[in-house]
Amino acid sequence: MSSDIYKDIILDYYRHPRNFGELPNADIRVKDANPLCGDVIEMQLKVKEGKIADIRFQGKGCAISQASASMLTETVKGKTLDETKALGKQDILNLLGIDPGPTRIKCALLGLKVMKLAVYGYLGQSVGDEVKQLV
Amino acid sequence: MVALYHYDVRNMQSTRGSSLLVETLRTFNASKIREDFPILSRDVNGSRLVYFDNAATSQKPTIVIEAVASYYRQYNANIHRGIHKLAEEATLAYEDVREETAKFTNARHSEEIIFVRNATEGINLVANSWGRKNVGRGDKIVITIMEHHSNIVPWQLLAENTGAEVEFVGITKNGTLQQERLDDAVDDKTKLVAVTHASNVLGTINQVNAIGRIAHKHGALFLVDAAQSIPHMKVDVADIDCDFMAFSGHKMMGPTGIGVLYGKRKFLEDMPPFLGGGEMIKEVHTTGTSWNELPYKFEAGTPDIAGVIGLGAAIEYINRLGIKNIQEHEQELTGYALNKLAGLKEAMVYGPKSSKERVGVISFNIGDIHAHDLASILDEEGIAIRSGHHCAQPLMEFVGVPAMARASFYAYNTEEEVDRFVDALEVAKRVFNV
Repeated sequence: MSSDIYKDIILDYYRHPRNFGELPNADIRVKDANPLCGDVIEMQLKVKEGKIADIRFQGKGCAISQASASMLTETVKGKTLDETKALGKQDILNLLGIDPGPTRIKCALLGLKVMKLAVYGYLGQSVGDEVKQLV
Repeated sequence: MVALYHYDVRNMQSTRGSSLLVETLRTFNASKIREDFPILSRDVNGSRLVYFDNAATSQKPTIVIEAVASYYRQYNANIHRGIHKLAEEATLAYEDVREETAKFTNARHSEEIIFVRNATEGINLVANSWGRKNVGRGDKIVITIMEHHSNIVPWQLLAENTGAEVEFVGITKNGTLQQERLDDAVDDKTKLVAVTHASNVLGTINQVNAIGRIAHKHGALFLVDAAQSIPHMKVDVADIDCDFMAFSGHKMMGPTGIGVLYGKRKFLEDMPPFLGGGEMIKEVHTTGTSWNELPYKFEAGTPDIAGVIGLGAAIEYINRLGIKNIQEHEQELTGYALNKLAGLKEAMVYGPKSSKERVGVISFNIGDIHAHDLASILDEEGIAIRSGHHCAQPLMEFVGVPAMARASFYAYNTEEEVDRFVDALEVAKRVFNV
């Protein structure tokens, strides 16, 4: 890991997060925290015909956690729930364009975890260990 | 080099008792002290390690590492039971540390020293044993907003189980306890006042003598969490007149896994056991069991013998450096760092302004850089600091920030290291365009 992770694009998403705020009439909202560091992310989804029609997130935390959550909201907008469920760690690394290293990877994956909790929750399905172990 | 505690078991008898009242170093030289800590000569990410995470855990001098190793190499045996030579040596070494710990804390009786895993376990012992016997519905436990979770959650659990309530006393803008609020909060329903001696976030040193007097005036007992104080300043349980005091060995140059609960004998004697098992019993029959005497009543099962022996070496080492010297050195270093941080206009520093009111703990934020990101960038430069909520979420909420970065010092840290730390903060500012 190096300071290279703080590329301009990550700092830009940290300071100007896309899809940040309240989504009125969200079909589901899920909030989770990384208990070790206190980072918090809440995802709010509007679902239409099996697709994520609209999305907002809110949260507090480091640049990595907030930027990756924001980038993820842009990625899933318009995607089907199944496509969203299939997203994994590598997709987040691709979005960030860097590997933040073992101590910071949990920051990067918090948004993905909350997103998956939201999608599974909307579908009324139980979450597998694969999701719980993300953070 | 300092003599190794129990390093040579053949001389064990001669290392007991007064020999540990060693002459303290006449001149305190942090650069020289560093030579006793092997880890401080390693590099991290291509730079010489600067270890500023001492409030989380301290580094260990050779004397401690060797004391633990020599127990395993030369006299490893279970204690208090065996008839053979190794068991005798191990038992002597273990009990010797109890006596040294009693002297170190100025406890009147060595059986007032209970070996536990850490400060957290010590506090949980009091909550479960004393608490369940003495706290009931409508009773109150008074703590402060600057407590570590270890001095909050055990009381919340006790309150849940008994119908008692936990009341928090707040802090001033300067990061010191609102003493007059404490005076209001403690009343005749209060069974216990539990306060940290030094805050692991703000560094604030609490006026524990005065707090103890308030508790006792209302018939409440007084517990001091000394995890952040005892590595850095004299903690004298007789002078403070606390009823319980807990600390961890690993923050004071000792091994992880060993801690101490001090309790006044009259209270410990009256308390039921915390954990049941071997060692803590007098007689076990199918019809019932009677408890062993102090301190064994509270030391069920085989204890961390190596940890206790390592703690003994740490106490010897601290005695040798002189706890007053350590405190003075850290105050100077803290003052130096506070001055340097005052020169960074983007830095927000929390806690008392004066280094005299603090232990060597400085929590801060730089602009809108999140503490984790700051810690990442400093790690790049080989500098270890802590970031996050520091297991003190009520305090974070009170101050109104989600996270802080924290630099914390010990005897072996130097001004040159503080300079490197401040230079690295400048790097972070550049990376984040602050």
